[in-house]
Amino acid sequence: MRKMTILSGKGGTGKTTVTASFAALSSNAIFADCDVDASNLHLILKPEVKETIVFKGLNLAVIDPERCTQCGLCEEKCRFNAIHDFTVESIHCEGCKVCVQVCPVQAIDFVERICGHAYISETEYGPMSHANLIPGMENSGKLVTLVRQNAKRLAEEGGHELVLVDGPPGIGCPVIASLADIDHGLVVVEPTLSGIHDLKRALKLLDHFKVEALVCVNKHDLNDENTRAIKEFCNERGIMIIGQVPFDLEVTKAMVDGRPVVDYAPDSPASKAIRSMWEKLSSIFGG
Amino acid sequence: MKIAVASGKGGTGKTSVTVNLALSLGKVQVLDCDVEEPNTHILLRPQVGDTTPVELLVPKILEERCDYCGECARFCQFNALFVAGETAMVFPELCHSCGGCSIVCPRDAIVEEPRQIGRVVKGRAGDIDLVYGEINVGEALAVPIIAAVKDHIDEKRMVILDSSPGACCPLVETIHGTDFCLLVTEPTPFGLHDLKIVVEVTRKLEIPMGVVVNFAGIGDRGVYDFCEEQGIPIMMEIPFDRRIAELYSRGVPFVEEMPEWRQEFIDLVGQIEEVVA
Repeated sequence: MRKMTILSGKGGTGKTTVTASFAALSSNAIFADCDVDASNLHLILKPEVKETIVFKGLNLAVIDPERCTQCGLCEEKCRFNAIHDFTVESIHCEGCKVCVQVCPVQAIDFVERICGHAYISETEYGPMSHANLIPGMENSGKLVTLVRQNAKRLAEEGGHELVLVDGPPGIGCPVIASLADIDHGLVVVEPTLSGIHDLKRALKLLDHFKVEALVCVNKHDLNDENTRAIKEFCNERGIMIIGQVPFDLEVTKAMVDGRPVVDYAPDSPASKAIRSMWEKLSSIFGG
Repeated sequence: MKIAVASGKGGTGKTSVTVNLALSLGKVQVLDCDVEEPNTHILLRPQVGDTTPVELLVPKILEERCDYCGECARFCQFNALFVAGETAMVFPELCHSCGGCSIVCPRDAIVEEPRQIGRVVKGRAGDIDLVYGEINVGEALAVPIIAAVKDHIDEKRMVILDSSPGACCPLVETIHGTDFCLLVTEPTPFGLHDLKIVVEVTRKLEIPMGVVVNFAGIGDRGVYDFCEEQGIPIMMEIPFDRRIAELYSRGVPFVEEMPEWRQEFIDLVGQIEEVVA
């Protein structure tokens, strides 16, 4: 079984567009949306939910005003600045339990906190593992891990050859969680100076976690000079550029229509480029 | 006044709005709180001044005092400590620096020592002061670095904070305590879906908000209908324009080449001031 995460460093470079098209082109794959705080893949793959799992994050501290003597020790010891006027602000509570520990009169309860839901679903193209973090909640890294593990389990049970993971932007906690136990990281980059800056950090991250890097340049014709710079940078480091997708308004139209662009407009320049990238990938996975 | 520029979806133009707004107003302070992938410095090209490390306190176990009772590992909610037999280990990258382990240790065998997870860089571009954070590659916790960037807020000035995408801890940390949230979105189903999420977070924090529609002209009417229904003002539309995209690709803020936009950004702040007042 192969596992590939599509990531980008910088957001909005086309991760989900590429993932959704790969899903449509694949024949025996599982899809996972690991961008749990702003997930979009479901808007295209339209999953039918088969199973819902309640996701609990770390517990939440709650001060009982009846028992509280207002000594202020909890506020003093909380390093997350979550306690003011003998009340815990849930949005800032890290769930570390220090206040519960230091309270001299046991006035602080440590209660379960539902942070989101994970789903196992079926799509037109194959099974999908995804989730929703309740907006503003902590622990998206743990929820990402749950989504990734669910996908792997589904793939094992169903004998699927490939797990395709749509990753979150950035390089922090959720991205790191989406890269554990993964074989390939496909970085989607646009030829902008910001894109190049973020690509370099994303490649460093892949190197740090020993995940094999592949690169796709999206909207490559936006700035030929920058596209060349990306190619040179990757060539020098022996990183394979497996595709170059041109700017194409059909991509946005397909999104509005809620379909993968390779289905919506199969003959459009972007679809052709994505198909040729998929063929290259298939030979890498096959070999 | 502190204005946060946010969006659920990445790549909608937060940094572009932040930088063009700053250049149009002049004399402002810009805080780049997207510490995973900070980009404002690419467009502002500041002269870099002080750089300060951001450190977290992580536990160090004093072997000579430790009797391997395991209290610390049982207490730690982040699984950052492991004790078995005559072994006690710390996994610093999992530590959230709550200090709990040193509190519960019955033998005072845990001390805390600083560990660098990123840095804060200060710079100046013309009359704009820029402060940006940068997380070390491989580190997970962005929030302490965002907090370190926000420690530099100059309360006497206009401050513009550029957030990371998403809708969890980094966004909350960035927008908390600001006076206004400017939500940048694109008029597509992805843009709408993620806008709804960030609106929910902004409402929870009781911060007034307005929307900037970027790449106007592509996509559909979903974002416009949603804003109207929710009573969220659309304060600016930036058309989808290949010239703007090409300028951005070269790291050029578009107000520099299209100066007619400066007044639009000044008017935008006028609208924000009315709402905040």
